Amino acid sequence: MKFKKNIALSDSGFIFDPTTGDSFNTNPVGLEIVQMLKQDNTPQEISAYFLKNYAVDESTFEKDLYDFINMLSKFKLTEHNEKEKN
Amino acid sequence: MIKAQYERPIIQRLNVGLMNKYGTKTEFNPVTHIDGNAVKELMETYGSPLFVLSEKTIRQTYKDATRAFKTRYPKVQFAWSYKTNYINAVCNVFHQEGSWAEVVSGFEYLKALHNNVPGDKIIFNGPDKKEVDLKLAIEHGSLIHIDHLDELYMIKELVAGGTKRPRVAIRVNMDTGIYPMWDRFGFNYEDGQAWDAINKIMLSGQMDLVGLHCHIGTFMLTPNAYGVAASKLSQLALSVMKKFKKKIEYIDLGGGFASKNTLKGSYIQGIDVSPTFDQYAEAISTSILNAGFTEDSLPLLILESGRALIDEAGYLLGSVISNKRLSDGRRATILDFGVNILFTSFWYDHKISPAQHFGQYSEDTVLYGPLCMNIDVVREHISFPPLKKDDQVVVHTVGAYNMTQWMQFIAMRPAVIMIDMDEKPHLIRKRETINSIQDEEVMPLYLEKFKIS
Amino acid sequence: MKKKKISVAVSGLNAIDSPGPGISVIRSLRESKYFDVRIIGLSYETLEPGLYMHDLVDKAYQLPLPSAGMDVLYARLQYINSIEKLDLIIPNFDAELFNFIKLAPKLKAELKINTFLPTLDQFEARHKVNLADFGKKHKIKVPKSKTIHTIKEVLALKSEFTYPLVVKGKFYDATVAYSVDQAISAFHKITSKWGLPIIIQEFVTGQEVNVTAIGDGKGNTMGAVPMRKMYITDKGKAWSGISIDDPKLLKMTTKLISSTKWKGGMELEIVKTEKEEYYLIEINPRFPAWVYLAVGCGQNHPEALVRMALKQDVKPFQKYVAGTLFVRYSYDMIVSLKEFETISTLGEL
Repeated sequence: MKFKKNIALSDSGFIFDPTTGDSFNTNPVGLEIVQMLKQDNTPQEISAYFLKNYAVDESTFEKDLYDFINMLSKFKLTEHNEKEKN
Repeated sequence: MIKAQYERPIIQRLNVGLMNKYGTKTEFNPVTHIDGNAVKELMETYGSPLFVLSEKTIRQTYKDATRAFKTRYPKVQFAWSYKTNYINAVCNVFHQEGSWAEVVSGFEYLKALHNNVPGDKIIFNGPDKKEVDLKLAIEHGSLIHIDHLDELYMIKELVAGGTKRPRVAIRVNMDTGIYPMWDRFGFNYEDGQAWDAINKIMLSGQMDLVGLHCHIGTFMLTPNAYGVAASKLSQLALSVMKKFKKKIEYIDLGGGFASKNTLKGSYIQGIDVSPTFDQYAEAISTSILNAGFTEDSLPLLILESGRALIDEAGYLLGSVISNKRLSDGRRATILDFGVNILFTSFWYDHKISPAQHFGQYSEDTVLYGPLCMNIDVVREHISFPPLKKDDQVVVHTVGAYNMTQWMQFIAMRPAVIMIDMDEKPHLIRKRETINSIQDEEVMPLYLEKFKIS
Repeated sequence: MKKKKISVAVSGLNAIDSPGPGISVIRSLRESKYFDVRIIGLSYETLEPGLYMHDLVDKAYQLPLPSAGMDVLYARLQYINSIEKLDLIIPNFDAELFNFIKLAPKLKAELKINTFLPTLDQFEARHKVNLADFGKKHKIKVPKSKTIHTIKEVLALKSEFTYPLVVKGKFYDATVAYSVDQAISAFHKITSKWGLPIIIQEFVTGQEVNVTAIGDGKGNTMGAVPMRKMYITDKGKAWSGISIDDPKLLKMTTKLISSTKWKGGMELEIVKTEKEEYYLIEINPRFPAWVYLAVGCGQNHPEALVRMALKQDVKPFQKYVAGTLFVRYSYDMIVSLKEFETISTLGEL
């Protein structure tokens, strides 16, 4: 699972997908996750970062991250590479 | 190191062409305290969910209503509608303020007697008054509002040969320009049924016709309809005076005033559209004062307002059980209360606030109750901040018709507390236990002892 | 003469195929002889064209939807006012007017913001559901109408109405039905969208004429310009129209304004029959989207409204040039993503 490279992010949490013309809005935590995904961080790395820096427990964050990544995929903001599919 | 505050990540598509939700963030301003008591602490002490009533709001609302009427009409009496909320502590706040009791069943009648309401200050309404109830009401000299002819004849039979003269009124239904017309209760005005019933009572010589009653509907947003009702009842009263030389002591306009709740399907918020007590009072008192009574024959005006007097004083506190994602991508939040105890969510979009602070981000959310039933929906759509498990919410304007229409379906009923004028909480109904349900059950002997093989 | 500087907030920036009046109102104010206006646009959607017309709108803010309630709206206006120091608000959407009318005294008392709106009674009385009573009270011909709630009542209409008839929703939508079947289907379609009741109206055929007018709240007509629609879009909106000199129509307008003591802008929708009878079809409690035509033929109604709201002494307009046309056109603006992002995420532009 990877965040699509051509997607534009702005500091205000505005996300624009030039392929589809769709735009989205995310909150600061969401923005930070998207930025990390864009830099090819794995979900494990993202978890570790958030648990270290934010007041959140592991199970809560795991649930939220899973749900959020699911939404990204629903909105077609991610792409799956061939390896993962197999 | 102090860790940064965490909020669940959310992402939303900006829907082109649809109305943007921006600017609605104040909709979910957190409500952390009710009358000086922290929501969190109340739930720690009394459990979740929990009904909370504000005595301050009850008394304030009652004063506002009586002021609106008494400044416009010389003789006004409120009667507390038991079915709206008959927890005894609530009834007694109203009785202490001077309210009579308005009941619609033998059970409610006994409750009013138990609350030490004098018999002649109990109004007995409703289509189902049993013989034993009527006897009791006649005995205590209560005001019996006759709903149909069978009841009228039953009363006649009950008093035949006795010495007690029951004090009665008839319930009148009528066209006030409101849809639907509630013509299933009482006697119709337009087709002459009401006048017939009055004649039957007057000519029986066995009872005293002391009043005329109507109740034109519920959650009435048009004060004018009350003006129409008041003038039709006044005309009936004047006709009685003319034909029988008998003064009608009171006109009872019933209840049905709207509260500040928002009806489902309404575009405008209830709080902005519901008429004030002043508007209802203006319509009603103008009609009676202009009907043609002489000053000393002006009848007492009785009001049986329930919902409008108690709704805003009630809150329901609850907690988040879980969050889910529906197949269409919508957020669903499951709460620990549902239609089992919040019956009014069938017809209102209740205002619901989080009980803790959040940022400005929100998501379109469905709020579900805890029952394993598909109909258990608290709000179909609400723009809500990202609540997590165990976060708490406050439902507003739930004082009417919930603490009487609740069910012990699947779960037991929660505790009810009242916060007094000094902001001190009191338990007024205990959380039910398994015994509350099972005490009434009886097990046949042959089913009592066996082992599952 | 030195023009007075004022800040005016205007809504209805949706200059689309079924346009809101905001842009016309703003253009009218930009041409004022008396005022140098700073225009604050108020919008509900992120794609209302007016948001991106920077030569007309100086700054724009998103408002909460009317359904969010008065408190939320007030909080938002309080915020906008803290930055913009508004002199006046001119709301232009039917759906938002209820809230603005109710808030008006509070806006004036607490934020010193002026409005010039009809009273709640005027607003309610001209409502479609009440139009028949309104006509009776003010002795104005309105098409025969009936408020209904059930299909059974639709079936019974044939005893009172002849087909075709018009089936109308409480707030929006109207369909001409030529048979019972069509009336039933229109009933279902409109109730599913706007709920009950449904208004059944006699179908009056003739020429559609409209009037944009403004009342001072004391019974005086400060201005009135009648227009005949020349070209109508498939949504029933005028795409072009021409100002006409019709004394009967003007008389009807002044009579209506004097008997209702109408306050603020309004649009009358009227059908003139073959027999030269005038039927009032609808009263819109605000300026129409074509109000700029009034400016074009000599009566600046929005400017008059602002002057009255600011308690200036205003004389009624006496004349206008009949035979002035407006032809509406559409125009593709180029908008940067950055602008769309700003209004979408910050709610301001």
